Amino acid sequence: MQIFDLATADLEFVAEVEARSHQKIRTCYQCGNCTAGCPYTFAYDYSVSQIMRLIQTGQKEAVLKSRSLWLCGSCQSCTTRCPNKIDVALVMDVCRHMAREAGYATERSVKIFADSFLASVERHGRAYELGLMAAYMTRSGRVFTDVDLAPQALMRGKLPFKPHQIQGREQVARIFERFRKGGDNV
Amino acid sequence: MFKIAYYPGCSGQGTSLEYDSSTRAVCKALDVELVDIPDWSCCGSTPAHTVNHVLSAALSARNLAQVEVMGMDKVTTPCPSCLTNLRTAAHKMEDPGFRTKANALLDVPCNGNVDAQSVLQVLTEHVDLELIKSKVVKPLTGIKIACYYGCIMNRPPELMRFDHHENPMAMDNLMTALGAEVVPFALKVECCGASYGIPRNDIVTRLSGKLLDAGRDVGADAFVTACPLCQMNLDLRQGQINHALHEKFKIPVFYYTQLLGYALGLDRAVLGFEKLCVDPRLALGKIKQPAQAR
Repeated sequence: MQIFDLATADLEFVAEVEARSHQKIRTCYQCGNCTAGCPYTFAYDYSVSQIMRLIQTGQKEAVLKSRSLWLCGSCQSCTTRCPNKIDVALVMDVCRHMAREAGYATERSVKIFADSFLASVERHGRAYELGLMAAYMTRSGRVFTDVDLAPQALMRGKLPFKPHQIQGREQVARIFERFRKGGDNV
Repeated sequence: MFKIAYYPGCSGQGTSLEYDSSTRAVCKALDVELVDIPDWSCCGSTPAHTVNHVLSAALSARNLAQVEVMGMDKVTTPCPSCLTNLRTAAHKMEDPGFRTKANALLDVPCNGNVDAQSVLQVLTEHVDLELIKSKVVKPLTGIKIACYYGCIMNRPPELMRFDHHENPMAMDNLMTALGAEVVPFALKVECCGASYGIPRNDIVTRLSGKLLDAGRDVGADAFVTACPLCQMNLDLRQGQINHALHEKFKIPVFYYTQLLGYALGLDRAVLGFEKLCVDPRLALGKIKQPAQAR
């Protein structure tokens, strides 16, 4: 078990997470309800209630480097069941934003998947599944991802070969462009 | 005739073609007029909100703005993920500060007062269950069904405001009305592993495997679901699950609209049973043929 020195608390980090999520993280009393309902705990390095405690105690590095942030499926079980009405899934989301901004990506394949998806939307205006798969395989180097499924999906006409180009795709591209020029997330 | 704007969602043009076509067909049969949003774009799905909330809201808001241009204030979508994004965007844009930031990314600004509902909610709240019953020509008598809602159709309750967040009943009631036997399925709102099928397949095989296992335990002949991603994880990936968990699951996973359309006697072509990966014929065969008219 890892031991954290509470004397090293980064209080600015605590304040930033609270401000960006609009949640009172200090009201978490570690009941563990979020962790009890979380289907992803088996894959996490820190359970979701541990993440909440690490935020409270200002352990910025541990939180932002945590793999759990990238593996949260946003299933909303924690948020729904929190007795103190903390939107825990939103807090996980906000920490993931901060981890991205700080240049961390401890689950690289998850980040590559998200990036490939958004690149597809930016280019075509809609998600283009076959193109997304190709981009993901190229960027991640995992060239055999789901090759076992491709014949089934293609046979059933579920993977169109061409993207659905929409007329407003330039409008969508501009959303991304403007966001990169100075998007704000608070 | 109930009229509402329609947001099909990207998967409706690819991996869940049969959900889109069966949704359109059952809505038509039940006098719900779906008006497509012209030139709709992707809501950004999960990736967008994991990157930035203003970006995510703007991608959804482009579509909400189109609904406003149509002169409508309600939109429906079959996909729970699209629904969450559309509802979250509308909710966040109630805050003028946030709205300004999201609108700064858009060509056409959005007021954000469009209400998004799932097609399931529309069918539950705007169509009388008795009317649906009266239109059933092929009752689903004989088939045992596990209703799987997925995690985000009803959660968080303050945002989704539909059905119960721990024990939703909309699909259960619908399937019962159609004559099917609904089995008690405890994991109806558990997560299937969401969009990790590609980057972390091990997570999806484990979580979706648990669902299939629970469904088999209670004797389900088939699953019905309302989510394209749940359907894909349970159906298209069932072979991967079997391989990873040394299992032999062979449980078809229908969209609820497919079985609704079947019971209403709609054209088989629009229901798209042939698009399912796990062969549904054995399960459909359990449905007793209606007695000959005397």
